[in-house]
Amino acid sequence: MAYQMNGSTVEHDEEGYITDLGAWNKELADLIAADENIEMTDEHWEVVNFLREYYEEYQIAPAVRVLIKAIKKTMGKDKGNNKYLYTLFPYGPAKQACKIAGLPKPTGCV
Amino acid sequence: MVELNIRQPAGPEEFPDPSEIPPLAHGAMADSKPYPASAEHQKAIGFPGELVDDWKERAIDKLGELVSKSRGLRVYLDTCVKCGACTDKCHYFLGTADPNNMPVARQDLLRKVYRRYFTFAGKYFPWLVGAADLTEEVLDEWFSYFHQCSQCRRCSVYCPYGIDTAEISMAAREIMDTVGKGQKYCNEIIGKVHKYGNNLGLQEKAHRATLADLEEDIEDETGVAVRLPLDEKGADILLVTPSADFFAEPHIDGLIGYAKVFHHVGASWTISSYASEAANFGLFIGSQENMRELALRIRKAAEDLGVNRIVFGECGHAWRAAYNFLDTLAGPFDFLDQRYPIPQHICEYTYDLIQKGALNLDKARNDHIRLTFHDSCNIARASRMGDWEGGQFDIPRAILRASCNHFYDMPADTIREATFCCGGGGGLLTDELMDLRKKGAQPRMRALQQVAGEHGVTHMAAICAICKTQFAKVMPEFGFEMDAIVSVHQMVSNAIILDGQIEDDEDGPTMTASGNGADGGEE
Repeated sequence: MAYQMNGSTVEHDEEGYITDLGAWNKELADLIAADENIEMTDEHWEVVNFLREYYEEYQIAPAVRVLIKAIKKTMGKDKGNNKYLYTLFPYGPAKQACKIAGLPKPTGCV
Repeated sequence: MVELNIRQPAGPEEFPDPSEIPPLAHGAMADSKPYPASAEHQKAIGFPGELVDDWKERAIDKLGELVSKSRGLRVYLDTCVKCGACTDKCHYFLGTADPNNMPVARQDLLRKVYRRYFTFAGKYFPWLVGAADLTEEVLDEWFSYFHQCSQCRRCSVYCPYGIDTAEISMAAREIMDTVGKGQKYCNEIIGKVHKYGNNLGLQEKAHRATLADLEEDIEDETGVAVRLPLDEKGADILLVTPSADFFAEPHIDGLIGYAKVFHHVGASWTISSYASEAANFGLFIGSQENMRELALRIRKAAEDLGVNRIVFGECGHAWRAAYNFLDTLAGPFDFLDQRYPIPQHICEYTYDLIQKGALNLDKARNDHIRLTFHDSCNIARASRMGDWEGGQFDIPRAILRASCNHFYDMPADTIREATFCCGGGGGLLTDELMDLRKKGAQPRMRALQQVAGEHGVTHMAAICAICKTQFAKVMPEFGFEMDAIVSVHQMVSNAIILDGQIEDDEDGPTMTASGNGADGGEE
């Protein structure tokens, strides 16, 4: 199981989460997003970039509420809510956005 | 023109019966199976990395060991008289129509092997007693159908012998783990608890930051500095809650509710970063060793922090594991204050305070919500709250009725001990089983549609992290918003007026003095 990109391959698990977090780059994010039927816009990138920054500091994806608060700050009240994030990432901002951001899937009762 | 979004009351004929028996669809779910655990996930929790060469012998040995250790399991396997009372009681059968999801058929998947190797008749006349050899096909069937049981025990309520399919599913999963055929979702998560203390993999720094963030949110909203303390030695109460409460919606709103309740009565409490998980997935895979390790974390945290009490947050099987087994697995808890239940449920805690009039709850703050309550299976059928029969049903409802004006129960044969599982319990809350999860949610969702139609119910409350996540995911399939599922303590959080809380009404912010604050106490 691997993504094919410019002649190189990036391994992923059964669900499409890459296994070597260091292998991530923006082209790969576009590719994963396309696999998920998502066309990356500036708003998508805003979320993905925040997730990656947060992960770098805390080794985990942020709580949905923390993500929403951050998005509210940068994109305004209209977009800083769960519903809007679901329009960006229909399978859920936590799991689907993490996959595109090259982060592990949040596990547990979430 | 303004459009009113009001559900029209409708006649009962419009609502499909939650318990409607579907025409049988043989093998409909034969291909449904979870991802297998990787070698790494298996080994991390003490199981072989892959299917061992002598899997058949080892599986039979393990089954023998289990029936010799557990008299209950042996009785469950021996007793069934095929009366059929359970056949239409499983939400997965009702939702999938696959006859292998009838509880008796699910049990028979293990029972036929038990008979073959452990009963006289099965050894010599297998064809007479439905006994069968353990083959690779049987093992695959187990992997599929024992991961289509959420161990909710609804069938056992209707079984005249009380046969507990949950126990049989747990045994089957334990046998599969023993021979190297584990399930990714559960086993990866158990490994994370051993490593990080919680299912999420949330580490202390992130944990602390998340709690600080929530404190900021509460203060922004109420003007009151409500704390969510982490690792505070000498606190009176250790709160052990599912890690989903630190991450997901609407779970986190429940956590805020607990914090406000503790704050309001001036309780000294703390969360532990070491035992930052109430859930005990060891239960789902029938692994006592893993259950014990997870329970011991809670004991160690309680000792290290020097607390007097342990209170569990809103988590279904956590409460089952804690209520029934915490003392057996990690006791005696003689160092705790014996005047309180060990452990105590957050609902018992809040209920006691409500009884004493110690909380200032303004129900009208929830007037935008017309509410019902989903009894989570593990709490309903495998534990209790309070000291009277049925307390686990009465206490959450009493809290909700004290927190809102509009509460309506779903049909009687779908609540309390007859409650339908959410469809995602027992280690099935994983994305590759989404089809099963949606189908399994159907009975509960039909019951909700009925109460929504008849009483205009808009929201459903639950006290289980799995239920909350599952419903948020599947509700849109049944015509509800994903935020129609709420935490019980989210309702409390909405209704509670803290001392000094700023009221942001039309006249601008005003201060509130409730007179029921810290000095009220809970004693």
